[in-house]
Amino acid sequence: MSETAISLQHWLLSDVPASPRQALLGKIYRAGRGVVKNPSAFAGLIIVLLLILIAIVAPLLDRGLTPIAQDLSNRLQAPDAKHWFGTDELGRDIYSRTLYGARVTLTIVALVSVVVAPIGLAVGTLAGYMGGWIDALLMRITDIFLAFPRLVLALAFAAALGPGIENAVIAISLTAWPAYARISRAETVTIARSDFISAVVMQGASTARILFKHVVPLCLSSVIVRLTLDMAGIILTAAGLGFLGLGAQPPTAEWGAMVSAGREVILDQWWVATIPGIAIFIVSLGFNLLGDGLRDVFDPKSA
Amino acid sequence: MVEALANDQTVRSNVLGQAAKRAFSFVTSLVLTFLGLTAITFLISRLTKIDPVLTIVGDKASQDVYNQAYIALGLDRPLILQYGTYLKKLLSGDFGVSVLTSQPVLNDLLHVFPATFELATVATILGVLIGVPAGVLAAARNGRWQDHVVRVLCLFGYSIPVFWLGLVGLLVFYGKLGWVSGTGRLDIGYDDIVTTRTGVLLIDAAIDGEWDIFRNAFSHLILPAGILAYFSLAYIARMTRSFMIDQLTQEYVTAARIKGRSFWGAVWVHAFPNVMVPLITVIGLSYASLLEGAVLTETVFAWPGLGQYITRALFNSDMNAVLGGTVLVGTVFIGVNLFCDFLYKVFDPRLRGP
Repeated sequence: MSETAISLQHWLLSDVPASPRQALLGKIYRAGRGVVKNPSAFAGLIIVLLLILIAIVAPLLDRGLTPIAQDLSNRLQAPDAKHWFGTDELGRDIYSRTLYGARVTLTIVALVSVVVAPIGLAVGTLAGYMGGWIDALLMRITDIFLAFPRLVLALAFAAALGPGIENAVIAISLTAWPAYARISRAETVTIARSDFISAVVMQGASTARILFKHVVPLCLSSVIVRLTLDMAGIILTAAGLGFLGLGAQPPTAEWGAMVSAGREVILDQWWVATIPGIAIFIVSLGFNLLGDGLRDVFDPKSA
Repeated sequence: MVEALANDQTVRSNVLGQAAKRAFSFVTSLVLTFLGLTAITFLISRLTKIDPVLTIVGDKASQDVYNQAYIALGLDRPLILQYGTYLKKLLSGDFGVSVLTSQPVLNDLLHVFPATFELATVATILGVLIGVPAGVLAAARNGRWQDHVVRVLCLFGYSIPVFWLGLVGLLVFYGKLGWVSGTGRLDIGYDDIVTTRTGVLLIDAAIDGEWDIFRNAFSHLILPAGILAYFSLAYIARMTRSFMIDQLTQEYVTAARIKGRSFWGAVWVHAFPNVMVPLITVIGLSYASLLEGAVLTETVFAWPGLGQYITRALFNSDMNAVLGGTVLVGTVFIGVNLFCDFLYKVFDPRLRGP
């Protein structure tokens, strides 16, 4: 290792970071090192990064076969040199549909994270910091939502609002946020008792400032770990909705819907349903591995 | 002596008082959560683009007729009052009439529920019978190959889409190997022979002594139940493993070994009873989630249960049926969930609090 690399490492691993930025980068560096050292977590990281990469460069990899171009004279073709994964019931190339399906999955994952994490953080930190009746009320509501059956409620929602990705995201988010509220509340209760918060209070900081500048950043890592762990479940629920026809609508290539399209022909043309299912499996496996690894890094107790 | 007795009595009445308090808080959460669930299904029924007036008067009705029906349905009243009416109807068992079957939704639900119940119950039994020993084995052989096999199996269970595994199962065990029967609950020729008593085909066939039908029903049931069982097994084994690892590191296990207990004796006789309380909670939770998870499996296997009923209603814009089904699944789910939580708190002394 060169001199600069070593001094950079020292700077990152410093026990007395000089700035919040240094502390944050140090935390990320430690987490990254922990994940890379853990083979299964590293495999998970690779899978997730590959998913993102494939979603971005799908047009470069599709070998000129678009995911929605139909070719009825070539329907249900077995995998061959031209169609690596065969063709579906409308003669569309399953290889390119699987590639583009990564975009849909990633969109759902990103949208759910963006909706769920802020709601959970807001409710959890507010309840944990304010305490009293606000805490009791918010946690009661959280418990109510936590006890809901996710898939069935998502079904009812998707049915009422009409099928589509946005509604699937709303339906999933509605049942996913309570877990984050619980985690951030638990973290906040400990943080709120610490000396540095008392110091900030005495300096006259407003509640909003304390929550946003001091409490929320400290809750973030647990929320992110939990989010990674939940991602597999979210992807499976989304795929389930797609399978039932309530996710992305045709002709969009969505893995769950692709499996559903292969249902009728599963006994004769196995590849139509099998291949997109393997894609779902690999991606949720990746998130599970990465999530387990991150949890081990951040919270060695529960490993 | 007298003092000890008195002490014993205070302790007992304390425990009873605690249990009563827990029971009260259990019922309160049950009621609150039920209110929350119905509030949401009610809002969904208001959000939906399907106009409840049009489904009654038809799209050719004049504006006058439409308005009359609108008022007759009470849609002009404040939302909270409408919710009250809705709740009152639900509690008296009135879930509305299904557009699809022209039957009261409650009748339909009671008719299809046993099929789902049968599926989820058999799956849970299989999941417990395999999952618990697998989890104990993994914990006892922590870090060795047995542990790795169980952990990988669990990990796959958390990552595989259930509907896909169902299809692959059909392809392999029905299509290629021919070991099991295909979709549905019975072969066509066997329909309507056994008298419906419980709705659970295995039991009904056994009561009638129709062992042919019993075998046929079993060969239809075993694949979807096995697939669902895998998912409950993954969860149960994972939790059993982590509970058991906690116990096996305790000193009492070492003490038992020093006194001459065999290794497996210490595992099963000393450590295992201590994980049974949290384990019952886990099994209950997995059972509740199977009732829900059956939705996708039933679609794959054309299993005429709740899940298939809800999805079919969904695609025919039969909102009464969809929401009725949601309320039923939701209520069972919530009930089992909270009941497990309650059991856990009652039986685990550490959670009783001061």
